[in-house]
Amino acid sequence: MSAPLIEMIDIEKHFGSVIALAGVSLSVQEGECHCLLGDNGAGKSTFIKTLAGVHQPTKGEMRIDGKTVHFPNARAAIDAGIATVYQDLAMIPLMSVARNFWMGREPQKSVGPFKIWDADKANAITMEEMARMGINLREADQAVGTLSGGERQTVAIARAVYFGARVLILDEPTSALGVRQTANVLSTIDRVRKKGIGVVFITHNVRHAMAVGDRFTVLNRGKTLGTAARGEVGVEELQDLMAGGKEMVQLEQSLGGTV
Amino acid sequence: MSDTPQAVVDERVQKQSKLKKALIRPELGSICGTILVFVFFFLVAADSGMFSAEGTMNWTVVSAQFAIIAVGACLLMIAGEFDLSVGSMIGFSGIVIALMSVTYGFPMWVAILTAFAVAMAIGWLNGYICVKTGLPSFIVTLAFLYILRGLTIFLSIATTNKTIIGGVKEAAEGDPLAALFGGKVLTGLFSWMGEQGWLATFKGGSRAGQPIVDGIPMLVVWAIVLVIFGHFLLTRTRFGNWIYASGGDAQAARYVGVPVDRVKILMFMFTAFCATVFATCQVIEFGSAAADRGLLKEFEAIISVVIGGALLTGGYGSVVGAALGALIFGVVQQGLFFANVESSLFRVFLGTILLLAVILNTYIRRMITGER
Repeated sequence: MSAPLIEMIDIEKHFGSVIALAGVSLSVQEGECHCLLGDNGAGKSTFIKTLAGVHQPTKGEMRIDGKTVHFPNARAAIDAGIATVYQDLAMIPLMSVARNFWMGREPQKSVGPFKIWDADKANAITMEEMARMGINLREADQAVGTLSGGERQTVAIARAVYFGARVLILDEPTSALGVRQTANVLSTIDRVRKKGIGVVFITHNVRHAMAVGDRFTVLNRGKTLGTAARGEVGVEELQDLMAGGKEMVQLEQSLGGTV
Repeated sequence: MSDTPQAVVDERVQKQSKLKKALIRPELGSICGTILVFVFFFLVAADSGMFSAEGTMNWTVVSAQFAIIAVGACLLMIAGEFDLSVGSMIGFSGIVIALMSVTYGFPMWVAILTAFAVAMAIGWLNGYICVKTGLPSFIVTLAFLYILRGLTIFLSIATTNKTIIGGVKEAAEGDPLAALFGGKVLTGLFSWMGEQGWLATFKGGSRAGQPIVDGIPMLVVWAIVLVIFGHFLLTRTRFGNWIYASGGDAQAARYVGVPVDRVKILMFMFTAFCATVFATCQVIEFGSAAADRGLLKEFEAIISVVIGGALLTGGYGSVVGAALGALIFGVVQQGLFFANVESSLFRVFLGTILLLAVILNTYIRRMITGER
């Protein structure tokens, strides 16, 4: 096995006296979907933000292709090929799909002394990339607000992939979606993985994780409880690990196994 | 992945007719409003001289005044911020020009450039405070509404003991930069049209034979140039996309590397620039500066922008729409005067138009953006 695309070793993050992360380790291989599971407050958001360069770790080491790296800001992480798709901040609904797709990296062409935004090129490429992801747009300048939640996540993922992401971090992409849309996003994750991109899929829904994950890491109270490969672990076991075991078993029994 | 995109037709993707697509745009509300207002005044005031050359020039100039400040307010609003200090800025810039040129005897061009520099520095400060503290620009610029107005009155009283400083016209005589704000263009064309008998001319006096409307004021030229510039910037450049993004969702824009703070500060400076263009044209036209000029202009600018289809909370809007909003505003204000309507009814009329336009705009916007 070659060196992992990205490796996080014993990451700790303290905010003053609050210890948000107390030793998190995770690695992502090329073309792998690594699911990070954890209940609310487990430290998922802090961990993602550390990975994305928004926070700097207090302790621990980050490696890309086996080399130690340090991200002073989000831009540095993006430049290193780490793209993050945030749950509700992925897209601006008032703007068109093409304008969202190219936001921050608008293609330009020169007309006389002016540099103008190359709308034709932007629209054409947007339509093409969306079709690849299985979304048929009426036109590239329709507003993102007219798309469903799943489609918005897909546009954000397509954007990250198009701009050369090597590692894609998805922050609870399915938590606000219906069944059909969730299926669409999960199949998008599958397409992306087949391109050789490493995916970190953050969720608290074990079933969604089991559907696409290659490996699973459970985060509880700021610590990783261990990583298991597909087939080594079952839904119930993951559920227990996430919730911290005993109480959950009792709860589940009283609810008749519906959770 | 090598599979080429397929032109699969999704049964859920509704077909849209060309006409509907052409009609459903942010400016639709203001286009309807403009047509409505013109039809209304054709019916009630056609014989009052409102649509003669002088009448047309009259409401064109008033509309152009609104348009100049509306362009700045429009871009700023789309970037997600307000500037309530526009009116005070107009008074302030005017007094700066008059003080520098008349009271202290600097050349006019120095006075004008100073006014632009000072105003844009204040615009920068407005923006800097907003982005650094995260306070709503409504509050920050409301503070500057009072600070600037107070400073303006203080400055003019402390130096000249008056709140009106005259003599600007004489100071501006022959100044190249002043001509850019105070002169008229196409005067040759207009006097030729007068000679042809196409335009009404003076019958007697020292200007006998010359057309009554003898050219297009630079104020109108500025309005047209600013509208074209604003529209081009917003819809055809990368920076324009950043303006939309900054107002649409600043955090999402930051995550993909849009320099949101820089965009917002620049838009505050551009609003100050527009206010100073307005002030300079006015000071040179009137030949004087007064400390109370520009009162309530900030609201008139915002009303024009909102009639033009912009969303008050940012991220959506159109410069062409704002310009049409300014035109509606100017035509209504002057038209009621031509139609001999009691002037207090102007506000009733304006409020009604504002309300109707905003309701219509909300429906149009929902159709475009899929908001629910």
